[in-house]
Amino acid sequence: MSNPDNPQPAPEAQGSPPPEVEEAPHRPDEDDRANGPWHHVLRSITTGNAAVGVLSVFLAVLVGSVLILATNEEVRASAQYLFARPGDFFTAAWEAISGAYGALFRGSIYNTRVDDFQTAIRPLTETLKFAGPLIAAGLGVGLAFRAGLFNIGGRGQMLIGGAFAGWVAINANLPFPLLLIVSILAGMVAAGLWAGIAGVLKARTGAHEVIVTIMLNYVGYYLVLYALSTQGLLQAPNTINPQSQPIPDEGQLPKLLGDRFNLHLGFVLALVAVVVVWWLLNRSSLGYRFRAVGENPHAARTAGINVGRTYVLAMLIAGSLVGLAAGNQVLGTVTSGVNSGLDAGIGFDAITVALLGRSSPLGILGAGLLFGAFKAGGFSMQASQGIPVDIVLVIQSLIVLFIAAPPLVRAIFRLPAKEAS
Amino acid sequence: MQLALRNVTKRFGSLVANDRISLTVDSGEIHCLLGENGAGKSTLMNVLYGLYQADEGEIVLDGEVQHFAGPGDAMAAGIGMVHQHFMLIPVFTVAENVMLGHEETGFAGSLDLEAARAKVREISARFGFHVDPDAVVEDLPVGVQQRVEIIKALSRDAKVLVFDEPTAVLTPQETDELMQIMRQLRESGTAIVFITHKLREVREVADRITVIRLGKVVGEAEPTASNAELAALMVGRPVELTVRKDTPKLGDEALVVSGLTVTDKDGLVHLNDLSFSIRAGEVLAVAGVQGNGQTELTEALVGLQDHVHGSIRLDGRELVGRSVRQVLEAGVGFIPEDRQVDGLVGAFSIAENLMLDRSFSAPFVRGGSLQLRERDEFARQKLAEYDVRAPGITTPVERLSGGNQQKVVVARELSRDLRLLVAAQPTRGVDVGSIEFIHQQIVATRDAGVPVLVVSTELDEVVALADRIMVLYRGRIVGIVPADTPREVLGLMMTGERPAGAVA
Amino acid sequence: MSTPAPAPASSPGTVSADLEVITVVSKKTPIVLAVVTLALAAAALFGPQEGDTTFRLATRNDFFELPNVTVPAMGTTWTMVVLLALITAESTRRYLRTRTTPVWLVVVFAILAMIGFLAWAAAGSTLPVVGLIAGSIALAVPLVFGALGGVLGERAGVVNIAIDGQLLAGAFAAAMVASVIGSSWAGVVGAMAAGALVALILGVFAISYYVEQVIVGVVLNVLIIGFTSFMFGQVLAPNAEALNSPPRLAPYAIPVLGDIPLIGPVLFRQSPIVYLLYVTVAVVAWALYRTKWGLRVRAVGEHPKAADTVGINVIATRYRTLLLGGAIAGMGGAFYTLVSVQQFNREMTGGAGYIALAAVIFGKWDPIRATLAALLFGFASNLQGVLSVIGSPVPSEFMLMLPYIVTVVAVAGLVGISRGPAAVGLPYRKS
Repeated sequence: MSNPDNPQPAPEAQGSPPPEVEEAPHRPDEDDRANGPWHHVLRSITTGNAAVGVLSVFLAVLVGSVLILATNEEVRASAQYLFARPGDFFTAAWEAISGAYGALFRGSIYNTRVDDFQTAIRPLTETLKFAGPLIAAGLGVGLAFRAGLFNIGGRGQMLIGGAFAGWVAINANLPFPLLLIVSILAGMVAAGLWAGIAGVLKARTGAHEVIVTIMLNYVGYYLVLYALSTQGLLQAPNTINPQSQPIPDEGQLPKLLGDRFNLHLGFVLALVAVVVVWWLLNRSSLGYRFRAVGENPHAARTAGINVGRTYVLAMLIAGSLVGLAAGNQVLGTVTSGVNSGLDAGIGFDAITVALLGRSSPLGILGAGLLFGAFKAGGFSMQASQGIPVDIVLVIQSLIVLFIAAPPLVRAIFRLPAKEAS
Repeated sequence: MQLALRNVTKRFGSLVANDRISLTVDSGEIHCLLGENGAGKSTLMNVLYGLYQADEGEIVLDGEVQHFAGPGDAMAAGIGMVHQHFMLIPVFTVAENVMLGHEETGFAGSLDLEAARAKVREISARFGFHVDPDAVVEDLPVGVQQRVEIIKALSRDAKVLVFDEPTAVLTPQETDELMQIMRQLRESGTAIVFITHKLREVREVADRITVIRLGKVVGEAEPTASNAELAALMVGRPVELTVRKDTPKLGDEALVVSGLTVTDKDGLVHLNDLSFSIRAGEVLAVAGVQGNGQTELTEALVGLQDHVHGSIRLDGRELVGRSVRQVLEAGVGFIPEDRQVDGLVGAFSIAENLMLDRSFSAPFVRGGSLQLRERDEFARQKLAEYDVRAPGITTPVERLSGGNQQKVVVARELSRDLRLLVAAQPTRGVDVGSIEFIHQQIVATRDAGVPVLVVSTELDEVVALADRIMVLYRGRIVGIVPADTPREVLGLMMTGERPAGAVA
Repeated sequence: MSTPAPAPASSPGTVSADLEVITVVSKKTPIVLAVVTLALAAAALFGPQEGDTTFRLATRNDFFELPNVTVPAMGTTWTMVVLLALITAESTRRYLRTRTTPVWLVVVFAILAMIGFLAWAAAGSTLPVVGLIAGSIALAVPLVFGALGGVLGERAGVVNIAIDGQLLAGAFAAAMVASVIGSSWAGVVGAMAAGALVALILGVFAISYYVEQVIVGVVLNVLIIGFTSFMFGQVLAPNAEALNSPPRLAPYAIPVLGDIPLIGPVLFRQSPIVYLLYVTVAVVAWALYRTKWGLRVRAVGEHPKAADTVGINVIATRYRTLLLGGAIAGMGGAFYTLVSVQQFNREMTGGAGYIALAAVIFGKWDPIRATLAALLFGFASNLQGVLSVIGSPVPSEFMLMLPYIVTVVAVAGLVGISRGPAAVGLPYRKS
């Protein structure tokens, strides 16, 4: 962590700024001083090229395949007599891999094994359903990135936002669509304020938002757990389980394609959020200030921009986007009631979505769709092939690691290095 | 020991920082390497010290070609360096800093601090330094830190000592002492390379002078050469050290500062009870050695300092206690001393940087929405007007040269309706052509009736721009004197002495 | 920007920063003390308890048995509130006279506050003090190992958010290696190797490829969760007999020392891994401050370029230190599968790595203080367990939250300024 009391990491000696601008075109230590520790991340997130992205996905899938092969019983059995009957090995390997990815495809895009189109296309709607909250939360993390803030607190924000959205939906007694709207807004406001704590602490005391948001994940988790196990707060009557009542119909996100499909309005809300965030970042003065503070807080402050206020605003908006994802979950995907697992890993997935999407709204849309497909397909892979769904986590995190290190990917594929800027 | 560089060439991408540079230094000799900012001096020394690898050419010590893979090799060969930015660990003690890298150890690698202390004391005694081996470096004054750097090099038995711009942070008095130390080292047989761009220092201690410009050796000179000759060699043409300007048309007192005191969060007083005023159409230039409160003064004027007492009135309106935005909106233009840190957002385009301090209201923002057409039109216009050499308005400013970056800052600040201009080190690290242009702009602003405060650590710049000169020393005003005050007097004032006749 | 202006020297060679200084005393200490005092008073006022509280100090097998201490619950609590209020008043008085509050007074305050709280929370029951503390140590062991690993990485300038991944990988490897080889010590070695491997991946991305260290850490944690869960589901669970039944590293009572009342059962009737922990803490603390190795590690974390200019290989030093830290954190992981549970489970660290990270920061990047912070966090979670057994007025969730809230308060600077290594998080690049 960089020093919380001194947001400007200055490893230089006590001297004041250098009187001589040396001729070396790039002085990394100088850059770091000028732009803060996140500068390189932000740079590598916001620039970079598509080839590296595609190759990263390819590499990650490759590693995932090796894992699947190495742990497959038949493949290992046939490997023991590889030289005697290599054919067996390759057949087994091919079956394991094609089985896995076939199931992934059938689970996420189009099920080729059924005849009627409606059933066959259902996986795609599942992908979109999973993508909705990923996109919304990814926007929350990405927007904070652009303002130079590292929002690792997606999990806590999801939990707090989901708990409030659920609480309002269960208790407010309003007609549709009013109840739905109020519930979603409640979740967004609650999550925004929760994230805002990190913003305020950073602005007021310089506390590092990475640490604060990580810690608030746990505080939020235990708070929600407490509410869920306390009668009169969120716990359903006549139970001792940490679980709330189901969400009433008036508070649910309506299904988009009828009851045969799970896809609900939440996905559309996520798309709206993409447009709004795009406008905010690229066309609004507030977004301009977010980016200015994110790229160089010193220059922003010197130019009269209130850096602390900008941090707070960025965290409020980022949190409310994560809150939208929480509403998506509680009011749309899992309507059986609030529980402590409502974030379903989305809080952390959002980080990978934002990184893969390079913190641009359109990139996050694409990354959210891809990881939504992984999720949908992962479950079908587990069901039909017995491959634990955790493989999706492995592939997902590997993609992000490779994306973050373009020189590594270039080295592996022997691509020419991009010209230094 | 004799050190020789032969045809050393170092490139960064397409840029040739050092182009076939050769020079030799012998024991008991001070060899000055003179050149403008950015001429390639520091790069050359980093090659010598093993921090960079030369693309061509060789380093020869006593006839043997050396191959330095890193500073460790260079040190082992007897080369020591006193870095421009001290290479000291701030939280370590003097002894720890001196021993770092060649520690003497006892049981299981445990540090023998006593040996290091003894070494510090021994070298201190030899040169008359008073350095406490157990003092923590960050608590020491800059001048003493530099001595720690020298002790560090000597403790490794350096035979060749490189001083890289050592006087930038020193008072004239400390500079004199450093010169004395260098002579002393020369007497004891050390070969010294002295890198600087300050002519006076060169002529004072140098035995030989090599002048570098744009990465090439452009000539050698004797210490007897005149300032004008050396300066001409250094910048490649006879330089005009003065700025053409008419006598000022003074208006009313526009900026009135009284009782200004600035402290930091640790309670250190950086500015102590400053009172002065600037009239409309006047340039008040602030002189002083770096670190005597200039940074705090300019930042306090703009509202960037947190603990400010006293009063700053601009045209009768109090500025103390206002936010930076309110100060800027009151008509204060600010050219910060470090454009890359405080003046520009490197990754932003020229157009985006030109609206940096106008992101709240018209003309570039309406209803919370950016007005891209107005902004880009404005940017194109300023690009032409200020002669910014760039492919276009969408070029990120980090791709521009220092001079062009500074022009972007100047263009942004001067294109607002100003009632006060505060310019801190307006031409630091800027090429000669841009310096002249920026100076003209500052003078034009003055002539338009705006009060101007210029801070510079280069006495030449102060003298060239000033209508009056204010000298700061340790956060206090030593005196405010006319622009034609002799340099010797100014130099003396920069050490805190107040000559007769100076008005406080 | 607020670059501190270097204070110029006055006369030749004098060692003094001679700008005027106005004494600044933080008002945070009295505020924090007042808040704690009020919290305890509020607890006593709004949640009055009945009966006495008994502190049981003895266990079986002691040389001699310490008596139980029984006190009236509310009386004790209110006495403590009064004492705390007095200390707070003293601290406020000192602040008003621009004097700081001495550390020993804060320590006394903390102990009194804890006694008051325990008397209130355990009213009407018997509190097994030894069990409470011994259990805290058991819970704290992985945290201390993780925190030490974190301290090492950060001291060398690499942010190690991947402590959780290292613990989890260590737990996984320990279970598998120990099961296959049939030796728990082999499991410990496997755990160290696994932790170091995670550190190596972190190093490759963070040191060699300059990837933002927080990102690598967070993503690595996800990767390790995914990988170990995948392997667990695919390989370990189906072959639990052969692959997930490690032999236990059973507690071993050190003769004589283990029989001392109070201290013996707390410190010296533990698993050998705990004894290894004592040694590790001592060695790391000593080596970091007293050896050539430690000096260089700290130099690299504070000012890598300065270290480079005196011939220290920054990259290699960072790799070595990070790997060592990873191995130590991995050892902490072994504690889960060789001592606590004896089999690997999905995500079994439950985010302990993040608490270890909190301990690193709360402990101000110092091995001893980080150890104490980890012990404190272990104490908080064990106290929660003990109180929920004897029935306590405080909901367990709030006790579990405590380490995290304490850390937020700490990084917000409310309990004193913490200053990390200057170059932590910044990759080192030469030309």
